[in-house]
Amino acid sequence: MVPEFGQMALVIALVLSLIQASLPLAGTYKGVAVWIDLARPIARTQTLFMVLAFAALTYSFLVHDFSVRYVASNSNTALPTIYLVSGVWGAHEGSLLLWALTLSIWTTAVTLFSRSVPRETVAQVVAVMGMVSVGFLLFMILTSNPFDRLPNPPLEGRDLNPLLQDPGLAIHPPMLYMGYVGFSVAFAFAIAAMLGGRMDAAWARWSRPWTNIAWVFLTLGIVLGSWWAYYELGWGGWWFWDPVENASFLPWLVGTALIHSLAVTEKRGAFKAWTVLLAIFAFSLSLLGTFLVRSGVLTSVHAFATDPERGIFILIFLCVVIGGSLLLYSWRASQIRSTVTFDLVSRESGLLMNNVVLVVTTASILLGTLYPLILDALGVGKISVGPPYFNAVFVPLTIPLAVMLGVGASLRWKRDDAGRVLSHLKWPLVLSLVGGVLFPLLLLPSFSWGAALGMVLFFWITLTTLLWLKQRGGAQGLRHGLVATGRGGWGMVVGHLGVAVFIVGITLTSIYSTEKDVRLAPGEQYTLGGYDFLFKGVRRFNGPNFTASGGVVEVSFEGKKITTLFPEKRDYRSGMPMTEAGIDAGITRDLFVALGEELDDSGAWSLRLYHKPFIRWIWLGGLMMALGGLLAASDRRYFRFQGGDVGGGG
Amino acid sequence: MKLKYLLPLGIFLLLVLLLGVGLTLDPREVPSPLIGKAAPEFSLPQLHQRDQQLSPKDLLGEVWLLNVWASWCVSCRAEHELVRELAATSTAAIIGLNYKDEVADAQRWLLRYGDPYRLSVSDIKGNTGIDWGVYGVPETFIMDKRGIIRHKQIGPITRESLEEKILPLLAQLEEEQP
Amino acid sequence: MTHRSHYGLALLFSLLLSSFSAVATIEAYHFDDPGQEALYKELIAELRCLVCQNQNLSDSNAELALDLRRQTYEMAKAGKSREEILSYMVQRYGDFVLYRPPLQQSTLLLWSGPFIILVIAITTLVILIRRRKHEPQPLPQEADLKRARQLLQREKR
Repeated sequence: MVPEFGQMALVIALVLSLIQASLPLAGTYKGVAVWIDLARPIARTQTLFMVLAFAALTYSFLVHDFSVRYVASNSNTALPTIYLVSGVWGAHEGSLLLWALTLSIWTTAVTLFSRSVPRETVAQVVAVMGMVSVGFLLFMILTSNPFDRLPNPPLEGRDLNPLLQDPGLAIHPPMLYMGYVGFSVAFAFAIAAMLGGRMDAAWARWSRPWTNIAWVFLTLGIVLGSWWAYYELGWGGWWFWDPVENASFLPWLVGTALIHSLAVTEKRGAFKAWTVLLAIFAFSLSLLGTFLVRSGVLTSVHAFATDPERGIFILIFLCVVIGGSLLLYSWRASQIRSTVTFDLVSRESGLLMNNVVLVVTTASILLGTLYPLILDALGVGKISVGPPYFNAVFVPLTIPLAVMLGVGASLRWKRDDAGRVLSHLKWPLVLSLVGGVLFPLLLLPSFSWGAALGMVLFFWITLTTLLWLKQRGGAQGLRHGLVATGRGGWGMVVGHLGVAVFIVGITLTSIYSTEKDVRLAPGEQYTLGGYDFLFKGVRRFNGPNFTASGGVVEVSFEGKKITTLFPEKRDYRSGMPMTEAGIDAGITRDLFVALGEELDDSGAWSLRLYHKPFIRWIWLGGLMMALGGLLAASDRRYFRFQGGDVGGGG
Repeated sequence: MKLKYLLPLGIFLLLVLLLGVGLTLDPREVPSPLIGKAAPEFSLPQLHQRDQQLSPKDLLGEVWLLNVWASWCVSCRAEHELVRELAATSTAAIIGLNYKDEVADAQRWLLRYGDPYRLSVSDIKGNTGIDWGVYGVPETFIMDKRGIIRHKQIGPITRESLEEKILPLLAQLEEEQP
Repeated sequence: MTHRSHYGLALLFSLLLSSFSAVATIEAYHFDDPGQEALYKELIAELRCLVCQNQNLSDSNAELALDLRRQTYEMAKAGKSREEILSYMVQRYGDFVLYRPPLQQSTLLLWSGPFIILVIAITTLVILIRRRKHEPQPLPQEADLKRARQLLQREKR
């Protein structure tokens, strides 16, 4: 019965979201207050039914109701409870349910934290989000119903993809979806602003914290995914430029442009049309990602079971949502006359430059992702576009971005003087050039210009950011700056330092990583990056739903034992083999061992050894960016709703 | 002035068109660069007469097919019925390339499911497979009388591919002068 | 071919061959020349495994990836150059095996695209900012002015 309840809850949620998408909006045109005020309660009720549906599916997993096709395909009785729960979003149907649930949770959040926003605007925002809900619920009910029953339920279910049986991956999709779907709030605010013809500083102020929080989730989701790929896939990589990864990175890049552009629109009333367009882009790219993952037009490691019918549905949905909003944009944006002027040298220009580089990066990655499809569609041939291309494009574009990042914060609004800026920044410039070259020369195993460049950028961002803090303190200097800066300012500082840390991680890992595939018999050792890896042998054991071979590798440095690593090779009951790498994490380096195959009867195995300097800095940088976004979103001025007193720093 | 605001919509519509076309394509099917080129050379032992070799040169002047199969390949069994039907209705020679298989397993497989091939050759290490760009068994190549590869069927032969592509092409190639 | 059989085929393919698996077989190939080893590693990272979803030879466990790794190893060890090995692969499997698409007519737009987009974007930006500066100011609407004043005051506080 429970699955039928879930099914019914979905249908009711669909009906409610149809009302949510229409009545409040109609109310704003006809001036019917009752319809307008319906927005909040109906959105919350819709959420309630989504929660019920989600609970019903979770329950079916927990009680092993294999008469539900989705449960039978993605879980079995041996699966640990945590993966029964995360199994709910482990495949296509359930992850859609999570998507739709997340969307309604965001909608409810908007109804709760928008007391300072005019109720007409709230009604419009809620209605737009309701339209997106309608699309996703229809998609689910018509093509991908998670509650479908099997006529002959099996006694035992299939296994959840063993790759997903990992705590990191259990929370990665919810984070990512919170990010993707969170951009729907910024999107809905932008649409509401266009509908109401009020594309001004106020809408920017309302949507800024929402956008920041969505961006924080997306950042965390991507960081988690990258970290998971690193320790779970067993080949030591952390980013593969797979179409699905790009699908999450593209909205992130545009989202990053958006949070900066919103800042200008809020503070200076500039770039109004541009900011609205970015808000549309950010969410559109989230939807496009959904299409790419689920339609099967691109081959990807992470692709869901694909189905052309689903592809057509999502494509139509994309047309309605994105096409409709761009049409609205082309109509409304031409009516905006910007009243703000600024010089070529000014903070506005700097931020616009940042936006340009971010959007160009986005467009280039999108071009690379879709190019094989373009050639195939034209019948010109099949090619692959992979990491060598994306790195060649991404890295050069990141450099001006990092340089601009240092200059931007020091620029004055409206008009600045290039000479002043240069003399203001001359010390950070000199120090970072010297420091960047000296660092690899003195502290790294060998000098490389790439490493020098990365370190110059690191010092440049760090020093200019500190200089900005000092400037905030005025005559009393850095110390006072630390106190005087509001959360918004701190958000920028931490976020930008995160970029610096991230750059160090990428640069040093890519240049100084070493790896070796070796054949080791028990008692033999191999030296890599100064570390001695001593192979002690392999023992066999059983897990809850797998059998495993566990290697024991003792690592020592200059004769002193540091750690013992336990790389594993698991054979899951589903017949899929998996590697669990043995990793010793450290701030300046990771040691990583993956177990290969037993080579002969002497007990020798093949092993892959990695020494990866500074790899943690990549994720640390990402976490700092997320923390920065969180700080900025929690700035006091967004929470002083009553009385219009919204002062504060930033 | 207004035109510039229509630009995003225009780009988006182009994208939709592209994605729409993309839905009708199969990203996994990679066309062979060997089409229109001479069949790659090999000299492999025959499956049933291990001391006899076969080379594509031996088939010059004939229209022939190279069907890549293996006893471990599940979809080879799915297409096998059609390969037998093809052998019965067409005059073209069908050569089997037994790919990365054990000789005994392969012989047993043919006994069990029928042997439509004029003969099969053994590519135990898969080197000939690499030379022919084989990436998903079963695959079928069609050669004309001059030994040029004219068509490659990737994956199992289906009723449709047999009737719409393979049979008409074979008939056309039989007409051509060597 | 109709869609149906088309996708049936794709499905069959993925059932039989895809085997996206998290285990990369580790061969522990031995090289005497570190240059050859570096070449081998570089190549297996840049060559695509055809039967896999989207993986290079290095990360794949598929039978074909194993064979092609062995082939790459043997060629590298025999002293073949990067170009020789790549053209060997392209002759057999087409440009699809290259994760670094070759620069040719059909990829001209791919490789020049980012640069073109950047130049267009920056030019547009500079022109817009300049033009805006020189244009006579349109009269701001009263409501906008009022709101701007309010905002400015808030900022000062």
